[in-house]
Amino acid sequence: MKQKSFSFRKAENIFFKTSVIVFSLATVVPLLLIIFFVVKKGLSVINIDFLLSLPAPVGQEGGGISNAIIGTLLLIGLTLILSVPVGILCGVFLAENKGKHLAFWIRSWVEVLQGVPSIIMGIIAYIWVVKPLKGMFSAFAGSVALSIMMLPLVIKATEETVGMVNPTLKEASMSLGVPYYRTILGVVLPISLSGIMTGILLGVSRIAGETAPLLFTAFGNQFMNYNIFKPVNALPLLIYRYATSPYKDWHDIAWGASLFLIVFVLLVNFIATGISKKWKVQF
Amino acid sequence: MNDKIFRGILFVSGLLIFFLIGGIFLTLSIGAFPSIKSLGFSFLTRSNWNPQTVWNGSAIELGAIPFLFGTIVTSFLSLALSIPFSFSTALLLGEYYRNGFIPAFLKSTVELLSGIPSVIYGFWGFNLIVPIIRNIELKIGIPPYGVGIMAASLVLAIMIIPYSASLIREILHLVPKELKEAGYSLGATRFEVIKNIVFPYARSGIVAGLLLALGRALGETMAVTLVIGNLNSLPKTLGSIFQIHKTLFSPGNTMSSIIALEFNESSGIHQSALIEMGLLLILLTTIINFAGRFIIKKTDRSNSR
Repeated sequence: MKQKSFSFRKAENIFFKTSVIVFSLATVVPLLLIIFFVVKKGLSVINIDFLLSLPAPVGQEGGGISNAIIGTLLLIGLTLILSVPVGILCGVFLAENKGKHLAFWIRSWVEVLQGVPSIIMGIIAYIWVVKPLKGMFSAFAGSVALSIMMLPLVIKATEETVGMVNPTLKEASMSLGVPYYRTILGVVLPISLSGIMTGILLGVSRIAGETAPLLFTAFGNQFMNYNIFKPVNALPLLIYRYATSPYKDWHDIAWGASLFLIVFVLLVNFIATGISKKWKVQF
Repeated sequence: MNDKIFRGILFVSGLLIFFLIGGIFLTLSIGAFPSIKSLGFSFLTRSNWNPQTVWNGSAIELGAIPFLFGTIVTSFLSLALSIPFSFSTALLLGEYYRNGFIPAFLKSTVELLSGIPSVIYGFWGFNLIVPIIRNIELKIGIPPYGVGIMAASLVLAIMIIPYSASLIREILHLVPKELKEAGYSLGATRFEVIKNIVFPYARSGIVAGLLLALGRALGETMAVTLVIGNLNSLPKTLGSIFQIHKTLFSPGNTMSSIIALEFNESSGIHQSALIEMGLLLILLTTIINFAGRFIIKKTDRSNSR
């Protein structure tokens, strides 16, 4: 093999480092562009009226996204009710049965579930919920789809944090004669609360922006709706519908809604990381 | 007694995941059955998609080839486009600058990127990437659709960079410090250490990370639907190697985008065919994800030994 000269190797090294830095900084460009675009186009649209009023027909001035905001909150709430208890219990099961074969397989399947494309959840919720209700699109169907997406996140967060809890705490509780279920519910879960909360919030920020599973389930609605068995609008759905419409007014509304959604999602993310930093499980 | 009930509840909620996955596959299989039965293998070989030709559940022209083509081309192209960026980001954060202002800034940027909903990526891509591509198309003399496979791949690439970058960074962290230090003590430059020690050591893990990113790109729906142009046939120039640019710039559709577009208006065999598409998609992503996770787990275990 031919020996490379020292200066060549040095140049090679510098070249590589430079390109790494350049490419890394280039990944920042799209983010800045997205934020810049959404803020520029959305900021002129957003005001109190925009957030509080219902969508207006094409051509009419004004119009807002209040029904989509309420719908998104409704969907998130229902999804939490459906997925959090099961997710926490399943996570505790996995953490408590670490070495067992069954836990290994369940863990693998949770990972499979995490990789399932979100549109599939829409089909599943359509067949499971919408079809039996005689084709009635509903907030409930939407949250079934979203809960299946949320479950793996809650399970993983719970399993990880419960797994980190010092076993001596559990042993102390057990040796005092506290039953197993009280040990888990009264000692282990409260300690791991911050981690679980972080997982849940990250899940919320993820499902808040999901559109595909809502297309055939929550469907969208031009009016305000609080009934969970009726079609409901959601921010991502509204963005999709308005973004694909040919009207400029509706595009503006979509930008406004995008800005609101991004701020919401990033805020939830921010709170989640804040919790995990501030309220960390420490021993 | 309470304890037994509690352990029972824990066990049942663990098993629920099995039933959920089983239920998903079973539901999709049952839903796809009419289509599998009447279309048979032609579903995978036909390249025309005409749901209007359905009469009483027979005489159907439904072929999945255009969508398989669109899905595979967009996801591999986006993966290829994202590789230099995700590798650089991972190397910068994992090797060059572990602490300080630049990595903190880059890290939070990457986190922000992964937090943005995909429909907003699509909307943004439609308003920024598509006009740029339209200009390029005008310059090189191709019909200026703007929307198409190239636009979708670009948006997808931006979307998967944060994911693959963070996966690769985690894998780079697994490379033992002693190996790298041994390399440096022999007088190797940083580039040589990365090329000859870090990459070979982390190779299988990196492959796994890229597989997982690919799995994500395969299933992405909304961003793609908004910018791919929604053409339900194969690009006409397909087959001629010299016109590959026309193929890449032509509009198309992916498996997930066709489901998103047509599922609501579908019924009967058309809907069943869309469900079969969903079944194919979930099989594809599950195999790829499983392979990725399996490789990561294997490398993880061999490292901890």
